[in-house]
Amino acid sequence: MNFTLKIWRQDGPKDKGRFEKYKVSDISADASFLEMLDILNEQLVDKFQTPVEFDHDCREGICGTCSLYINGRPHGPDEAVTACQLHMRHFKDGETITVEPWRATAFPVIKDLMVDRSAFDKIIQAGGYVSVNTGSAPDANSIPVTKKDADLAFEGAACIGCGACVAACKNASASLFVAAKISQMALLPQGKVEAKERAEAMIAKMDELGFGNCSNTYACEAECPKEISVSHIARMNREFLNAKKDSEK
Amino acid sequence: MTKLESKIPEGPIAEKWKNYRDKQGLVNPTNKRKLDIIVVGTGLAGASAAASFGELGFNVKVFCIQDSPRRAHSIAAQGGINAAKNYQNDGDSVYRLFYDTVKGGDYRAREANVYRLAELSTEIIDQAVAQGVPFAREYGGTLDNRSFGGALVSRTFYAKGQTGQQLLLGAYGALSKEINRGSVEMYSRREMLDLVMVDGSARGVIMRNLVTGELERYSAHTVVMATGGYGNAYFLSTNAMNSNATAAWKAYKKGAFFANPSYTQIHPTCIPVHGDYQSKLTLMSESLRNDGRIWVPKKKEDAEKIRKGEKKPTDLSEEERDYYLERRYPAFGNLVPRDVASRAAKERCDAGYGVGPTGLAVYLDFKDAIERLGRDAIETRYGNLFQMYKKIVDDDPYETPMMIYPAVHYTMGGLWVDYELQSTIPGLFVAGEANFSDHGANRLGASALMQGLADGYFVLPYTVQNFLADKINEPRLSTDAPEFEQTEKGVRERLEKLINIQGEHSVDHFHKRLGKIMWDYVGMSRNKENLEEAISMIRDLREEFWKDVRIPGDIHDVNSELEKAGRVADFLELGELMAKDALEREESSGGHFREEYQTPEGEAVRDDENYMHVSAWEYKEGEQPQMHKEHLEYKDIEVKTRSYK
Repeated sequence: MNFTLKIWRQDGPKDKGRFEKYKVSDISADASFLEMLDILNEQLVDKFQTPVEFDHDCREGICGTCSLYINGRPHGPDEAVTACQLHMRHFKDGETITVEPWRATAFPVIKDLMVDRSAFDKIIQAGGYVSVNTGSAPDANSIPVTKKDADLAFEGAACIGCGACVAACKNASASLFVAAKISQMALLPQGKVEAKERAEAMIAKMDELGFGNCSNTYACEAECPKEISVSHIARMNREFLNAKKDSEK
Repeated sequence: MTKLESKIPEGPIAEKWKNYRDKQGLVNPTNKRKLDIIVVGTGLAGASAAASFGELGFNVKVFCIQDSPRRAHSIAAQGGINAAKNYQNDGDSVYRLFYDTVKGGDYRAREANVYRLAELSTEIIDQAVAQGVPFAREYGGTLDNRSFGGALVSRTFYAKGQTGQQLLLGAYGALSKEINRGSVEMYSRREMLDLVMVDGSARGVIMRNLVTGELERYSAHTVVMATGGYGNAYFLSTNAMNSNATAAWKAYKKGAFFANPSYTQIHPTCIPVHGDYQSKLTLMSESLRNDGRIWVPKKKEDAEKIRKGEKKPTDLSEEERDYYLERRYPAFGNLVPRDVASRAAKERCDAGYGVGPTGLAVYLDFKDAIERLGRDAIETRYGNLFQMYKKIVDDDPYETPMMIYPAVHYTMGGLWVDYELQSTIPGLFVAGEANFSDHGANRLGASALMQGLADGYFVLPYTVQNFLADKINEPRLSTDAPEFEQTEKGVRERLEKLINIQGEHSVDHFHKRLGKIMWDYVGMSRNKENLEEAISMIRDLREEFWKDVRIPGDIHDVNSELEKAGRVADFLELGELMAKDALEREESSGGHFREEYQTPEGEAVRDDENYMHVSAWEYKEGEQPQMHKEHLEYKDIEVKTRSYK
């Protein structure tokens, strides 16, 4: 297959950036999108040009490193995958494909298609955990958890922290990311102890870091490679309201 | 010759760890604040260690190569984590997990370490559950288990096919908690490019900031490396793209011995290679062998027709299928250990029974399981894996059998460590896949997560503290010290040398060629002639690389080509040591199969008389490395021929 690529190039955080066009040919339909970019970069190295920088690591859809906005959609046109699991068979031969980095104030561009997502780490550091020290845990089976709650908690816990939800949202809201963690913890007895403090702290941090608010467009759910449901946002809102009610008492 | 002191504590095996802890040195809380620990790597071992050190009150600096500690490659582990909880009442015990692990490792692991690992396994599950790790549960609310290769009990805890992710996020949560408390400072997008030695001890690191390209110096009282394995020496593996051996290799060159480099694990169930543009291989979890049955056609004609697309696997009746694992190993069947399953797949494909367009694939079939349990049950157990397969191969494994083939997955070898996980460099501790301990010549499935977390949560907090108990009067070291200056200079010069070559070929060009040599000659099946050939080919390739590699861009900038170049340069040295170790070990043990040493049926033949030892290699500048032996003694397990028949 042959493609024309329109790729966002930006030398650094302060550079204005621009689109550049490249052509790649004889690409196998079974190649992944990132393998297609590898081929492009090999071509650029051959011509003494600077390769396109993009974040990637596990290439099996679980590390959450890849972060490409392809033809106007986070992770491209296929459903429930990250860009590393997107294959060229989902494109038309001869198509022009536009590739951009995540676009959000809270995720500044580092270079080309690489962005800085450390804001997500900061939100987790604000309270996205159970405060239990090593060695002080009771026997794992001492607290039964209903299968339903465990499975639902797992759904939230499956978040890979890629940031597609933020990139998809017109407000660049991190609500789905934050909700997935708050919800996972609130559903489990181990996480309930700190549920209120956690909801307040994480949401405050999200606001502080420049993420927008949720206006219920559900774009995040549609683009989430792990198909995390917006119902977690509803649970987060309940947790947050309860926490506020309590702290105002 | 340096003598390898494994420092195994006194007493019966079940009391050794307790004896160690009863007598070890401790540091009081005020002094802990004055002591600094560097942790490199934030996978299961690194993140859990850093969090636990922080909780104890030490000052911790932790580094990762990724943009966030949550993305370390432990995240990709699928199937599960072993623990001797015996929740299933099926006869499991600490001893049995210990026994299975030593046997699975083909009697090439250190008994005392493995026993401690089995002992600590139960605490890991408690810790993870307390952190909110959502393991699979039964309807009654208790934890569910499944079986993995090399065991006759169900002791594997799991969270769908994302167990590594969930455990890593648990450890990442603990790490985040400590970062928030201020006990741990986190540095991401940093790559360790050298170890700084002061008076013969590890006292710091040189990091390259992967965003600015600048070199940075960090000092501490001790350095813990949890930097993963070296499977990417093969280019194609299930490792992440950025997984590399550079940190370990630098430590080796500073005096840390490298143990058993030839012990690599080729995992039997990966999606087969489909093109030369391919960048990595994807694992299909071993847990699938709980319900999937592995087969190839009984008749070569059928295999040929399938390869040509004239027949489909579903056209073949039961009688026309050869369930070769069940046939060869009736006791363990499809759940034989990885090395055994991989070799059996290769044997069938080499004999002409392979399927898929290349003939290098076998079937993993869920037809019977779907008939027995229903499609929904299979979806609950393996849904994400089936989805992943479908996305990659564009074929529905609910309808037609999966095609799989072995691929490089894990390295049992690594930096040599004693019982305390300290390398031959004082003050340098090594944890997780980066060290060689516990798995011998072959790792059992669901044991890597167990080892990483045992090392990080429950071993290092004790042993590192024991080391630091002697350092309470040691002042902090300035990074202006000449040792830092000197080491940084060496790193800078090497980077400049690399970027100034400006040759004809890209880094990947060389990496792929190295990978092909490694896979063909130092892969699943090895022999003297090929290994000698490999050593000479790798030497030539290394020379060519240093004359002809082309790296565009600047040192003082984001430059992933430069990053890769440094790693490949190190793989080109490590690859030779892997081949050398494989050549020297004239026996077949675990993942190391020498064609000269096999039974007429093709089973591996060990040589306990001459090779029941760890081969630990010492770097010698300008000379051949020197091999030291740590003899292995088995007092609590009877050494037998490993049989799964």
